[in-house]
Amino acid sequence: MNTNRLPYLLILPVTLFLLLFFVYPFIQVASQAFTTEQGFTLANFERVFSDWKFPISLKNTLLLAAAVVPVQLALALLMATMVSRMQKGRDLVLYIWTIPLGISDLAAGIIWLAIFEQSGFLNSMMHSLGFIDRPTSLLSYKNMGLVFLAIALAEIWRATAIMLVILVAGIGLIPKEYYEAAEVFGASPWKRFLRITLPLLRPSLQTALVLRVILAFEIFAVVAALGGTLFPVLMGETYAYQFDLLDSGAAAAIALVILAISIAFTLVILRALRVPKGAQI
Amino acid sequence: MSSSVVNQDTRKAGRILYVASVALLCAWVLVPIYLLLVNTLSSPEAVSSFPKSLLPEFNTESLEFFAGFSGMLNALANSVYVAAITMVLSILIGAPAGYALSRFDFRGKELFRMLILLTRAFPLPLLALPLAVMFIRVGLDDSILGLALVHTTLAIPFAVLITFSLFSGIPVELEEASWTLGCTRLSGFRHVVFPLILPGITASAIFAFVISWNEVFAAAVLTIENRTLTAFLLQNLDTSPLHLKFAGGFILVVPALIFIFAVRKYLFAMWGIANR
Repeated sequence: MNTNRLPYLLILPVTLFLLLFFVYPFIQVASQAFTTEQGFTLANFERVFSDWKFPISLKNTLLLAAAVVPVQLALALLMATMVSRMQKGRDLVLYIWTIPLGISDLAAGIIWLAIFEQSGFLNSMMHSLGFIDRPTSLLSYKNMGLVFLAIALAEIWRATAIMLVILVAGIGLIPKEYYEAAEVFGASPWKRFLRITLPLLRPSLQTALVLRVILAFEIFAVVAALGGTLFPVLMGETYAYQFDLLDSGAAAAIALVILAISIAFTLVILRALRVPKGAQI
Repeated sequence: MSSSVVNQDTRKAGRILYVASVALLCAWVLVPIYLLLVNTLSSPEAVSSFPKSLLPEFNTESLEFFAGFSGMLNALANSVYVAAITMVLSILIGAPAGYALSRFDFRGKELFRMLILLTRAFPLPLLALPLAVMFIRVGLDDSILGLALVHTTLAIPFAVLITFSLFSGIPVELEEASWTLGCTRLSGFRHVVFPLILPGITASAIFAFVISWNEVFAAAVLTIENRTLTAFLLQNLDTSPLHLKFAGGFILVVPALIFIFAVRKYLFAMWGIANR
C-alpha cells in the first residue's frame, strides 16, 4: 500500500463518523431552530424568549456555573499541589479523589438527595445534635437557597475530579529543576506556586476550564434529582420542550442558545489564558 | 536555639495541617458515597424513617425491590449493551486515527486535529435532538444501536486523543526495527506495537464505557421503550419511592468505582498529553 495514502485511510472512519453524527446534526439543529413549514422564521426563538421560565433558567444556569466553577478550580489546584509533594499514599489518595470522575451526574444528584431529603442524613444529624425536633422539608420552594446550595455542592463534589486529573497531569510536566532553582534562591512555597506552577500550568488550566465550563452549562440530571421543577435550567427546558411540549423547534432554539453561550465562554477562556508561542514547555 | 524550636514547631503544625486536609478531602469524597451505601442496604421502611442511622442494616429488601421493579432489569441490560457497543465502536474507529496522528505528517493534519478538539467545545448531548429526527427516518429510533452511535460521538474525541498520546509513547524506532527484520507495516504493528499498546487501549475502552454508562440527556431523549438505566431512573424521579432511587443510584455508582480503579494508572498519562 502507498504510504502517502495510509494516514488518510486511517483517519477516514473518524472523519466520516463525525461528519455524519457531529457536523450534520448541528446543521440540522440550526435549520430546525430557524425554520417552520413556511420557511425561515424567528418564531421559535420568540416563543422561547417570551416564556417566563426562560430568563429564570438562564439566570440559574449562569449563577450555578459562576458559583461552582471557581470553587472547583481552587479546590482542584489545592488538591493537585497537595498531591505533587506527597510521598506516601499518593496512589491511594489520587484514586479516592478521582472516584467522582466515574460517577454520573444523575447518581451524584441521588447521592446528595440522600443527604438533603426530608428524612435524610442532614436532618437526622441536626436532630441528634438537638437543633431540630422534627424533620423539615429542606428542598422545597421555601428554601430556594438550600436547593441552590445542594445542587452546587453536588456539582462541586462530582466534577472537581476532571479538573484535578488535568491539573495533576499538567504539574507532572513541569520540570523539577525550576522548583529546585527557586528553592535555592529562597522562594517560599507560596511564591513557587505563584511564579512557577501557575504560569507553566496555563495550557492545562485552559483545557480544564473550557471542559468544565461547557459541562457546567449542560447541567441537567443533578438538578432533576435535587430540584426537580423548582429550579429550571436551560438543559432541563430543552428536555421539557422536546418531550413534554413536543415542540422540537423551540428545543432546537434553546439548544442553539446553550451552544452560543458555550462557544462565547470557550473563546473568552482561550483568549484570557492564551499561551504565547515559544513559551510552552 | 529557641528559634529552631519554633521552626520545628511550625513545621510540625504544618505537617499536621497538611495530613488533616488530605484526610478531610478524602472524607469529602467518600462519606456521601458511604451514605448512599447505608441507604441502599437498609429496608424501604428504614430509608424513609427518621432519624436515620449511620450504620447500614445489611438488609437487601431495597435492592430486591429494585431488581423486581418492572422494567428495571431490562434498563440495566440496555445500559450494558449500549456501553459495550460504544466501547467497541469508539476504539475501532478512534484508534486508527490516533495512530495516524502520532506516526505521520500529512496535509490537513492540523485541520483534522482542530475538528477533534472542536467537538469538545460543543455541548454534545444536544446532538440527540436532531438525531432523534434522523433516526426515525432510518428506523433507528428508540434503538440500542442508535443511542450507542450518539454515545460513540461523545467518546470518540477522547478515544482519538488518548490513543494518540498512547501511540506517541511507543518509540517509532521499535517499529522501524521490526521492518528491518522483515516485518511489514501490518505485521510489525501486530507483533510490536499492539502488545505494548493493549493495556492503554483497554483503559481508554473502559473510559468510553463509563462515558456511555453515565450519560443521561441523550439517553432520555432517544429512548422510549428501550430505556437505559439512567434514562429510566430520570423518567421515574418524580414517582419512584426513595429506596428505589437510592438503590438505582448505587447500581449506577458501583461500576464507576471499579472502572476508575482499573484505569487509575492510565488516568493521568491519558489526560496529560491528550489534552494539550
